[in-house]
Amino acid sequence: MASTEIMTVNMGPQHPSTHGVLRLVVELDGEIIQKITPHIGYLHRGVEKLSEHRTYHQTIPLTDRLDYLAPMSNNLGYVLAVEKLLDIEVPERAQAIRVILTELTRLKSHLVWIACHALDIGAMTVFIYAFREREMVMSLYEKISGARMTSNYFRIGGLSTDVYDGFERDVREIIDTFPGHFDTYEGLLTKNTIWLNRTVGNGVISAEDAIDYGITGPALRGSGVDWDLRRDNPYSGYEKYQFKVPVGEKCDTFDRYKVRLVEMREAVNIIRQALDSLKPGPVLADSPQVTYPSKENVYNTIEGLIHHFKIASEGFPAPEGEVYQGVENPKGELGYYIVSDGGNKPYRMRIRPPSFVNLGAIEKMAKGSMLADLVAVIGTLDIVLGEIDR
Amino acid sequence: MAETNRAVIKLREKFAASVLDVKEFRGEVTVTVTRENILEICNFLKSSLAYNLCTDVTAVDYLGKQEPRFMMVYNLYSIPNKDRLRVKAGVPEADCTIDTVSGVWKSANWLEREVYDLMGVTFNNHPDLRRILMTDDWVGHPLRKDYPVQGPDREPYKGRLS
Repeated sequence: MASTEIMTVNMGPQHPSTHGVLRLVVELDGEIIQKITPHIGYLHRGVEKLSEHRTYHQTIPLTDRLDYLAPMSNNLGYVLAVEKLLDIEVPERAQAIRVILTELTRLKSHLVWIACHALDIGAMTVFIYAFREREMVMSLYEKISGARMTSNYFRIGGLSTDVYDGFERDVREIIDTFPGHFDTYEGLLTKNTIWLNRTVGNGVISAEDAIDYGITGPALRGSGVDWDLRRDNPYSGYEKYQFKVPVGEKCDTFDRYKVRLVEMREAVNIIRQALDSLKPGPVLADSPQVTYPSKENVYNTIEGLIHHFKIASEGFPAPEGEVYQGVENPKGELGYYIVSDGGNKPYRMRIRPPSFVNLGAIEKMAKGSMLADLVAVIGTLDIVLGEIDR
Repeated sequence: MAETNRAVIKLREKFAASVLDVKEFRGEVTVTVTRENILEICNFLKSSLAYNLCTDVTAVDYLGKQEPRFMMVYNLYSIPNKDRLRVKAGVPEADCTIDTVSGVWKSANWLEREVYDLMGVTFNNHPDLRRILMTDDWVGHPLRKDYPVQGPDREPYKGRLS
């Protein structure tokens, strides 16, 4: 008589389809998943602890390294939280440029998602194409901030510098060519039998469960919940732009794929509207207590130099209080909760990482399916370990 | 605005004795409650006031600043009403425990594990209370204010030598 036993399989932390250093201990009955125990923390750098020992400006580069596929979106959440704490108004031009850049970041992040997700479940070509397009956004990043990934471009009160001449031309080139590329991906995947077999009915999670597990972002909208922070609690001038919020129906991996593709097209839409409304003007708030002086001032006047030195070495005191600011990151709701005791450093800074909370639902989504489908679930959750472990 | 907040009115009606403090700062409403009633209050907030998304659970260490030492912070969001509410509950150092709310929102499961791991607050009746970011054999709770930033038993960083 045949006997059965549960087999335990270790997956990761060094595994190409876990998107970083995620380790899953999977208990299998044949090929059917019975239990998943995620082990995380391999990339824990203590960003929350470090930020308690740095001035408000010095924390911005740390936020680049959370979700390293979407650095500018992380910057935005942080600077908005501090601006809320300080109650300062950011000039319109800076707000519009922030929107353009975070939407480009959304494109960049979603391109990595579609590339790796498709590669994981067997479609190599999309990977090559999407990385080619991502390179365009990366070179724009490099032109604008000097770095391809860790941009550190936003400042509390606005931007570090105004954009270079020709920025608008470069962005227009991207948004004019990208919709055609999206058509290519859809042509390669949407009606592809292998793709459909792997994604339709995979990783189903109902709207109720998704909310209960705290899932946010495209993964929640794929389950049919019509909720987007950019529309429902707008920040940085998002209320001025018209865009659709795509929603799925069947709550499976294929619907989440469709949602993200529409989101990419809508991002292009938002960028176009923001670009059209872009007017010349200052890019830094008029609050010398907080913002750095212009480089011209620093190099030519002694007052400017002293001012720069004071801000760089001492920072600025923030009023006592606590604020929470959530932004719609490519992966979901990224939140910064800052407690200030009136000093020049945050007394406590909490980062609410979307990937961390989304990953909590992995067992719910993959239990009872085949081991190979787990790879599709990891791909569709679109996690980044830099953000999960912080 | 804090006085007219829909949650504050209802909480004051139903849990008059447990609501310790209501504050508003930059348009955000914070309600401080007693830790004994946290589970009851969270259940009420979810079922009657539609705070269905538990965005975040975290804690703040007020070592030497105020008593009780720890403050649990629950950032809640209501998808139907599109508004936020922050609920706080103090946890003293001597009895560093509070009831889990992972039965109310499943997202609280991992978030509470993180608080347990990094802040050292224990959750009663939690289904799976293990460390989550640090290794299982780690000693201490890194986010506590008396935990040195460079780690235990190490010289503090004094800046570059050159």
